[in-house]
Amino acid sequence: MLKEKDKIFKNLYGFEDWKLEGAKKRGIWSNTKELIKMGSEKIVEEIKNSQLRGRGGAGFPAGLKWSFMPKNSGKDHYLVVNADESEPGTCKDREIMRNDPHLLLEGCLVAAFAMHAHTCYIYIRGEYYSESSNLQKAIDEAYANNLIGKNACGTGWDFDIYLHRGAGAYICGEETALLESLEGKKGQPRLKPPFPAGAGLYGCPTTVTNVETVAVSPTILRRGSKWFADLGSANNTGTKIFSISGHVNNPCNVEEEMGIPLKELIEKHAGGVIGGWENLLAVIPGGASVPLLPKSICDTVKMDFDSLKEVQSGLGTAAVIVMNKSTDIVEAIARLSHFYKHESCGQCTPCREGTGWMYRMMEKMVHGNVEHQDIDKILDVTKQIEGHTICALGDAAAWPIQGLFRHFRPEIEKRIQERKIRVA
Amino acid sequence: MHHPGTNNKVFKKINDNFEWSSENFKKISEIIKKYPPNRIQSAVIPLLDLAQRQNNGWLSKNSMEKVAETLSMSYIRVLEVATFYSMFNLEPIGKNFVQICRTTPCWLRGSDKLSKVAQEVCETNIGETSDDEIFTVVEVECLGACCNAPMVQINDDYYEDLDEESFKKILQDLKDNKSIKVGSQIGRKSSQPERKFDA
Repeated sequence: MLKEKDKIFKNLYGFEDWKLEGAKKRGIWSNTKELIKMGSEKIVEEIKNSQLRGRGGAGFPAGLKWSFMPKNSGKDHYLVVNADESEPGTCKDREIMRNDPHLLLEGCLVAAFAMHAHTCYIYIRGEYYSESSNLQKAIDEAYANNLIGKNACGTGWDFDIYLHRGAGAYICGEETALLESLEGKKGQPRLKPPFPAGAGLYGCPTTVTNVETVAVSPTILRRGSKWFADLGSANNTGTKIFSISGHVNNPCNVEEEMGIPLKELIEKHAGGVIGGWENLLAVIPGGASVPLLPKSICDTVKMDFDSLKEVQSGLGTAAVIVMNKSTDIVEAIARLSHFYKHESCGQCTPCREGTGWMYRMMEKMVHGNVEHQDIDKILDVTKQIEGHTICALGDAAAWPIQGLFRHFRPEIEKRIQERKIRVA
Repeated sequence: MHHPGTNNKVFKKINDNFEWSSENFKKISEIIKKYPPNRIQSAVIPLLDLAQRQNNGWLSKNSMEKVAETLSMSYIRVLEVATFYSMFNLEPIGKNFVQICRTTPCWLRGSDKLSKVAQEVCETNIGETSDDEIFTVVEVECLGACCNAPMVQINDDYYEDLDEESFKKILQDLKDNKSIKVGSQIGRKSSQPERKFDA
């Protein structure tokens, strides 16, 4: 279990003051100037050494991403913080923004300095109204105390942070769709290349990065990359906020060490599965996009990028959706298919047409109202969509269905059989 | 499922006049400063939001034309943004816009029951506005408060850790014009694991 002293998010639940005074008591903004004095190369080096992997879902090495920003491009550079948290199951960034916004803002300064950016936009999902109002107040406080703005923290670095509210589109969590949206357009993903580090916001070098990734970076620099890398295991280091929802006694967000066994996470922090561990049916371990895991795997699997990949799922955003035996598992996944159908931006045909078709098929599957060969047909369609769209929404729509049939195919076959008997 | 934010038809209204209020006019100049001078189109979402707030929660044709004029954009560019994002309502809504999250994490904890309660208390169907125009009830996709499921958004605020009883009370209080408590309805702070104590 993660020790109290190793926690980065000391005010995750908002028991303490979220404003500047409270933040300072927690050590935020204490020696930011010294962190900046390390220089951008050293900062990137430290983040690389910490082996921090992006907390937004894909798990790309953060230091490496930061290092992609050119040094002398002659253009404005931008840091864009992705606070468009909309992956079903995920509600961690929300807690950071409403309960510890200065942690994020200090991270913005450090990260932006490392990538030679004078401007940062925080793109927050539009529905997070009270979160955005806390964050805006924190930005105002930071300006008033010269922590950001001209000569931020007395470092000689001019730095502006602007909050930009979205308006309800899951797809804007995809980095290039987010940039389109920030430019005042429909949030439809761009083809890559060019990558944002070359041509991002307004055609300028841009790095888009998740709230949690930015928020942990000053603590890594303060306590050293070794401290962070010693938590968890190689390639899966540090701490992580896990969002545990669904059929548990105490759904919660909790910061834990990477690699904590799933069973321990659920039993220690979320009060266990409703009806006990034996009543567990399946868990979606990393937000709606990743394939579910049946109980047999949940018994032993560890919560980190590589362990979950080994069992053909993923850590994603570390949003753990727990389903006990009272769940209609087919309906649970059909609901996710409805989500993807609703959120497809309509740009690529496989996704636009495929998500709707898969949803209609899944709804029929709930009642067994299909033929046996339709199972292979839907799996074939998921393969046609996967990897054939501009962004990963197509993949995200395909994977939960693939996961369902990988582990629960007999359940659907049973429903088909039962319906046939009923009709006959 | 009908939702005023996902239909693509512009609602026809007679006597549709829209001018920025003086207060919003001031806000606009502040918003535009956030973006580079030649990139003020970036302000289209914030301005549509402002227009919608001024226009009782929905966007009329004139209000979108006003946004287009303010940002020197063509109307169609504004309209395509307004239709793309689900938070922009293209038809009138009731005084209380009740959005019930229906996605899996909320569904696992009983969001279906909340939809039933809402239809009963608000006396309307999902996707529709009550005759007295006090409620518009819709089902929406994940609102990102899954550890506090099931939850509902009413206008700007989240109401969390709901059950049939607490949700019924919230809606009844809104009907009776009483004040209601925002956030968790079981007295916990944010998404803390322990439920019993309050800080």
